[in-house]
Amino acid sequence: MRTYQDYVQLAEERELKIGEIVLVEQAEESEKTESELRERMRLSLNVMRAAVQTGLSGERKSLSGLIGGDAAKVQARWKSGESLTGERISGAIARALAVAEVNATMGKIVAAPTAGSCGVLPAVLLTVEEALNCPEEDLVTALFTAAGIGMVIADRANVSGAEGGCQAEIGSAAGMAAAAAVELSGGTPGQTGDAAALAMKSLLGLVCDPVAGLVEVPCVKRNATAATIALAAAEMALAGVESKIPLDEVIDAMNEIGKQMPCSLRETAQGGLALTPTGRRIKAEFI
Amino acid sequence: MAKSTVFDLIGPVMVGPSSSHTAGAVRLGAMALKILGTEPLEAEITLHGSFAETGKGHGTNLALVAGILGMHTDDERIPQAVQLAEKKEVKVRFKCENLGEVHPNTVKFRLTGGDGKVVEVIGSSIGGGRIVINRINEFQVEFMGDYYTLVLLHQDLPGVVAQVTSLLATAQINIAQMHVSREKKGAQALTIVEADQAIEPAALALMLKLPAVYQALAIEPLE
Repeated sequence: MRTYQDYVQLAEERELKIGEIVLVEQAEESEKTESELRERMRLSLNVMRAAVQTGLSGERKSLSGLIGGDAAKVQARWKSGESLTGERISGAIARALAVAEVNATMGKIVAAPTAGSCGVLPAVLLTVEEALNCPEEDLVTALFTAAGIGMVIADRANVSGAEGGCQAEIGSAAGMAAAAAVELSGGTPGQTGDAAALAMKSLLGLVCDPVAGLVEVPCVKRNATAATIALAAAEMALAGVESKIPLDEVIDAMNEIGKQMPCSLRETAQGGLALTPTGRRIKAEFI
Repeated sequence: MAKSTVFDLIGPVMVGPSSSHTAGAVRLGAMALKILGTEPLEAEITLHGSFAETGKGHGTNLALVAGILGMHTDDERIPQAVQLAEKKEVKVRFKCENLGEVHPNTVKFRLTGGDGKVVEVIGSSIGGGRIVINRINEFQVEFMGDYYTLVLLHQDLPGVVAQVTSLLATAQINIAQMHVSREKKGAQALTIVEADQAIEPAALALMLKLPAVYQALAIEPLE
């Protein structure tokens, strides 16, 4: 079973980024060249960029009519300079909503790690890119870092709401994004693990309770809040704040919590927000 | 379970909103199309469980139709699949029905091809866009469409499997997985082979010439 500590150790020994270690490992395992894998990842990055643009235009509605237009609202405040939380946070919120809205309205996205959590990673990456003016190659490498975290989670736990609740989807996405943000900002391999652990700890126990079983409420907005959690975790890790519980142990704890979660709170729409009076009304109206 | 790869975690590139209810549904449709082996004229699609209950909001019906029209999971025409089917004069009918003790995300296709050929395919979307085909016509099968797949219906006799694998060996086809089952001793048996290389029509024709083989079907993997 993979551990993130192994990736950190290898990266430190070879003085490489986590993303570069993941890339070398994948090239060996898949019998493809590193440049082939980088090109494929670059295509995914392009899809992410396009989804942000499409979502910010705010012209789409989901089949249920519940989702659409919120990314554009946040973008208006972000661009007006009146944002309460500052340009970076409001930019990340708008971008995360944008991609999640594109997904909910049957547009093209990259699952990262899932379709329901697809907004977090692009929002964080493109916000850091704008802040630091990162070269595209570094963004591609950071996607391999994010994938490395995701693979450790998939090995030790899972990234499925039906198995582990929302913590396994949005929590994993936040951990992956936090690590990528730290690497892009020049943090150490160890700090990428701290950032992922800090982000995931904040979302442990989160249940999957989608209204009417759709990837809409509360999924779309959780992408936005998870993106800000990822940035907060990255900020702490870059400042030298350590996670007292190492990432691998946080992931194992998430797995245990998922197993203890009742079935009604794992994507079945039989508990939580789905069973609120409003949740039931929405379901009745739509189905 | 197989070790995950980077593109399992950053991917698939897909049209939303759900990897199981949308991307997986496209792949189920695409697999039914491959099993039919020709463009369909008519499609009767029966939704079960969660597909029937929440399919509407996930565009599951659109995704299933997109699949039988030959689209991939990232095709941005998926939302218009039903109109596209009309344009291509493919008659599509949807039903909801309890298909019994199956995965919650299960669908049954009854496809009629231009040549009058009819196939019935039952499959499930099991998460992350992965699928499993459970039934082709009256036969219980189990394969995921990741490999070139050979489905053989034959008599349960000593040596039949050896004859088949020997033909595969001659054609330089490497077996990844293989499963043999039978109704009862000496009766009808089903062999499913998942292979690394394509099962060419010539190899398939040789298998059909074996006296104990009743039916043989070669299915390409999904992209």
